Amino acid sequence: MISLEFLYVLMGLLVGGVALVNLLTRDNPKRLRNALFWGIYAVTFLGGSRLPDFANGILVIAMVLVASFGGLGQGKTDGGGREAREASARRWGNRLFIPALVIPALTLLGTLTLKRVRVGGAPIVDPAQVTLVSLAIATIVALAVGMAMLRPPALAPLREARRLLDAVGWAAVLPQMLAALGALFALAGVGRVISSLAGRWIPLDSPLAAVATYTLGMALFTMIMGNAFAAFPVMTAGIGLPLIVQRFGGDPAIMSAVGMLSGFCGTLMTPMAANFNIVPAALLELPSEYSVIRVQLPSALLLLLANTTLMYTLVFRF
Amino acid sequence: MLTLIGVLIVVVGFVLRLNPLLVVTCAGIATGIAAGLDLTAVVAALGRSFVESRYVAIVWFVLPVIGLLERSGLKERARELIAGIRVATTGRVLLAYLAIRQVAAALGLTSLGGHAQMVRPLIAPMAEGAAESRFGELPKVTRDLVRAHSAAADNVGLFFGEDIFIAIGSILLIKGFLEQNGIRIEPIHLAVWAIPTAIAAFLVHGTRLLLLDRRLRRELGGASGEGAA
Repeated sequence: MISLEFLYVLMGLLVGGVALVNLLTRDNPKRLRNALFWGIYAVTFLGGSRLPDFANGILVIAMVLVASFGGLGQGKTDGGGREAREASARRWGNRLFIPALVIPALTLLGTLTLKRVRVGGAPIVDPAQVTLVSLAIATIVALAVGMAMLRPPALAPLREARRLLDAVGWAAVLPQMLAALGALFALAGVGRVISSLAGRWIPLDSPLAAVATYTLGMALFTMIMGNAFAAFPVMTAGIGLPLIVQRFGGDPAIMSAVGMLSGFCGTLMTPMAANFNIVPAALLELPSEYSVIRVQLPSALLLLLANTTLMYTLVFRF
Repeated sequence: MLTLIGVLIVVVGFVLRLNPLLVVTCAGIATGIAAGLDLTAVVAALGRSFVESRYVAIVWFVLPVIGLLERSGLKERARELIAGIRVATTGRVLLAYLAIRQVAAALGLTSLGGHAQMVRPLIAPMAEGAAESRFGELPKVTRDLVRAHSAAADNVGLFFGEDIFIAIGSILLIKGFLEQNGIRIEPIHLAVWAIPTAIAAFLVHGTRLLLLDRRLRRELGGASGEGAA
């Protein structure tokens, strides 16, 4: 059965390869730091499931220290040079899209079919991880198609992966670090403290006040936790159910659906949702980590207002 | 109250623009200690949840292919392709992507998109190409704005589409939570009430994308190209 563990080995080999290329290419004055950072990251993929928690924690802290003090660098080798790329674009034309579109097409196909494929009664893919496994398989097929078609030097994919991964830099591991922070927040009961504070200080004696506190609270709490899933149980148990549903007689389905979407407005506005907001800023080589958030801010605020209005007009009517 | 120290560290750290990785790590350690754990237990908790959430990093597995295709001129080709379509503007390209992403997510096809697989190699170059074919080489500020909008279209489309699908994580979470509190609700009822917000999101963000076209015209002028009018 193909499980996550198999994908982690592939990721470990890729990231380890990136570390090696960094070590061996002399175009980056900080190449040793980069090699160390990606090297440790590779260890967490290859050995993370077997190492004791404490050892993993030390590896994580070592990565953070390497990235924070002195920082990571980037090589100067750009992807083939502009003229070569333009010539290649003219030569291959729209065929270049084939490998790129193989990825979403096969991921989709795999997600829809692999769940049902069984060999000798056992599923060949862990049913809980079908999407990620499909993405990995689609990527391998796309790489094979690309290599067969373009015939680049054998190490080109690894060198290009290093160029992109170095461009993303430490932001690549931020989503995982935030997940760790979320776990520690949960352990310490941060959510309970915040919702009891909200309940104590905000007068909630009208339906409008309750609805507005709930939607704004969902957005705000999501911004703090980086994740609407963490905010929903806390806000709904603290304000949604006791006030909107029980006291004012609102509909729980409408409240929950629109409440969750109010949380998503918060997701658009927070650096804590790193994989949606910080990672693309790094991936698109934008000047500030907040470039994407800045663009999303007006839509997020307008939609939060829309959600509050929608909930207030609908929740007491059905 | 001491348990909120982590939240404080995060807010101050992000405001002061310190390295987010360092800020988040410090906030985690401080929160753990404030909760009464000893340092070894905090480090272990950090290591365990970092390793348990490695699955979010699998998106990077596409980088070798994307890099290979970029080296072979994929972005340049995406730009040229869009430049050849006369009606294509930055705002319209992103509006079309927003619609596709939102509808696909509403059908449960959330994997059809993403910043590494779609936005960087295809959508952002297309959005840039549409502007370049009208206004010539873009100033860096404008190019960065167009790129940021490309990432935003992906996020907005995903967030306000996925909740219409009955088997998505957030719907199942809501259902489970309400059940624990003695309220039984069919997922379809939750999904239906995600539709008004989905429509609002398309209208609000779509309008902003069309306004982006106006802004580009105003800032870069109608100096070049007939499409500028």
